[in-house]
Amino acid sequence: MNRGTFGKIAVSGLVAFAATIVALVTGCSKEKAAASESAATTITVNALPPETETFLRQQFLDDVKAFEAKNPGIKIDAREGKMDPRTFTTKLAGGQLEDVFYVYFTDPANLIAKKQVAEITPYLKDFPSVAQIRPELMKVFSADGKVYGLPSTNYSMGLLYNRTLFTKAGLDPSNPPKTWPEVRAAAKKIAALGDGVVGYGDYSKSNTGGWHFTAELYSIGGDIAVKDGETWKAAFNDDKGKQVLQQLKEMRWTDNSMGQRQFLEWADLLQMMASGKLGMYIATSDNIPVMVSQFKGNYDDYGLAAMPGGKATLAGGEGFMFNAKATPEKIKAGLKWLLFKYDNPERFDEQQKQEATAKRPVGLPEPALWVGDAAKKYAAAVTAHANLPAANYAPFNASSNQVQLKLEPPLAQQIYAVLDTAMAKVLTDQNADIGALLADAEKQANAILATVK
Amino acid sequence: MSDTPHVTGASPRARRPARRRRRAADNGLAYGFLTPAISCFALFSWYPLVRGVILSFQQVNFVSDPEWVGFANFSAIFHDPLFWTAWWNTVKFTGIALAFGYVVPFFLAVVVNEMRHLKGYFRVAVYLPVMLPPLVVVLLWQYFYDPGNGLFNTVLRGLHLPESQWTQSPRMAMVSLVLVSTWANMGTATIMYLAALQNIPGELYEAAELEGANVWQRLWYVTIPHMRFILAVLLMLQIVATMQVFIEPFQLTGTTNPDTITVMVLIYRYAFTVNHDFGMAAAMSVLLFVVLGAFSMAYIRLISREGTRA
Repeated sequence: MNRGTFGKIAVSGLVAFAATIVALVTGCSKEKAAASESAATTITVNALPPETETFLRQQFLDDVKAFEAKNPGIKIDAREGKMDPRTFTTKLAGGQLEDVFYVYFTDPANLIAKKQVAEITPYLKDFPSVAQIRPELMKVFSADGKVYGLPSTNYSMGLLYNRTLFTKAGLDPSNPPKTWPEVRAAAKKIAALGDGVVGYGDYSKSNTGGWHFTAELYSIGGDIAVKDGETWKAAFNDDKGKQVLQQLKEMRWTDNSMGQRQFLEWADLLQMMASGKLGMYIATSDNIPVMVSQFKGNYDDYGLAAMPGGKATLAGGEGFMFNAKATPEKIKAGLKWLLFKYDNPERFDEQQKQEATAKRPVGLPEPALWVGDAAKKYAAAVTAHANLPAANYAPFNASSNQVQLKLEPPLAQQIYAVLDTAMAKVLTDQNADIGALLADAEKQANAILATVK
Repeated sequence: MSDTPHVTGASPRARRPARRRRRAADNGLAYGFLTPAISCFALFSWYPLVRGVILSFQQVNFVSDPEWVGFANFSAIFHDPLFWTAWWNTVKFTGIALAFGYVVPFFLAVVVNEMRHLKGYFRVAVYLPVMLPPLVVVLLWQYFYDPGNGLFNTVLRGLHLPESQWTQSPRMAMVSLVLVSTWANMGTATIMYLAALQNIPGELYEAAELEGANVWQRLWYVTIPHMRFILAVLLMLQIVATMQVFIEPFQLTGTTNPDTITVMVLIYRYAFTVNHDFGMAAAMSVLLFVVLGAFSMAYIRLISREGTRA
């Protein structure tokens, strides 16, 4: 083959390469054009349960079908996955973020501040049922009087404990600890059972350490951040903050009631509790069904008590927000979907019945999402179909009205990540300097809070 | 003297375009074949690099246009109390990693090279961990290190020896991470040392032995001088690689432990956990790039100097 033939091959190769690129680019734009020509509004939504969660997935898909039948102009493109801060920005930058996406209560403030979500205030007038959602919860999705999303569930924290281990340790499962010194004493007795049993467990990784520190601080009347004029300031570097860490340090190193293994994150304590190796930890009631379904636990083993300390309990939850690039049509369609699937007083009874029929938990103790008539309808639906051992949650329910519900601080996930460090250090280093840890965390938290408007 | 440019200048100038054309034609084919590869490099390597530098001077939300913020991102990271902690930890990790990962493979290679039997088996055995995916390695060691029911503490307990907190104690944490990294990567260095060892002519050792040199003298006067180049190259490569350590501290101790937070972990923390700020993460990456760039330049100079010498 001579040089000319080589040249021809090279040129043909280049042309083919260029043609492929052009075809890819024009292909994409043709696809877009085809989509815009379609009459129906298609919206992408996430939170479709994975195939492993058979019932929930089927329920979701049935809801999509029912919704589309009721709203012929709207098509739902459901995707799996929920809010993952590690992939959120990448999805947003790559145009892959769903039109309606799931968030924790800790996400909205940051997303609103960064202008990464769409405002929905102008469309809410067409949806009167929104007025019955608890105003404190709507506040989570609002800033400067503008609304950016809707809550779908909420929770408050309490002391989750293993009734069987309580009995074994000579404690009364119907009378769980009400104060932190009582928790410490009970943890010691449970850990004394030996065989790797841990009295009290706590987190220190993946933001869950800071989350628990916050809950524990709230429970003794402390605060994470306070508004000082127009700006927020960290408020945890005080005697109360020290008290929380000091108690954990003493339980870990003096009493040896927290086990040797640390750097725990969300699923770890559930797994330990479900396998009968953990006496107590603070949690939300939704941990109970997860322990039963995923870690082979037993409903009768678990009790839920009010938050020790009792001054306040951390309340949080989940909801949905809208892609900043979504068109008004998509936002309207998305709102219709949310108010059909998650926030629909007309479907409370049907939903609870479905859950009970599928032998899923109904009657877990959680604070209400609604006020007024909707709240009454919800309570009636839960009572009618409850299938859980209500007596196990009596200690929680008995005092739930007296404990103040306190929402998470602004930019909570970021603050939690900072506070993870303090939790990790007191649980892994018996010489940890609590004052220095809190001072360091305060400095970092103030830098983060300075970005809150 | 008649050949001065002044006198004959017109003639080469006239010839130059023709030569250039011919050279272009000669190379055209090569350029043609290179174009797809260069395009891919430009798109996936050079563009992200340039974009990263630009990003370090910007505030982005990926919805509206990026905002230029000058050196604000750099200023923010310099004011972060974790900035110097992360650099110090990285230097500490690199130092300990070199002490283990640079020296141990050398002696391992010398020993394996001296073996008469089972040389092949040991060569494979040493290299095996390199073939394991990094995440598998870390998960394996996570099980070894678990202070409650991990393998190491179970063995220590069995021997009635004091248990260690491994990754969870401030004193042991960094060493524990280095052990994982050394175990996983030692094979490559050992194989490279072995290859270099086999290039040393046997007569030199014979001559040394005739002169009455003992094992250490042979190592000092024959082996090490002949391996000077590979030793220097591996030193540079290991510094560049270990300064980018991420998966071990990230997976074993998370992004929150100040005892083990490294520069790469801090970059991750800026982008994905605490700050959600890609500008700050890019600024930190640029600083790391500059430092590693200096080492890479030293490495390139070393290679080219050795090339000229050869």
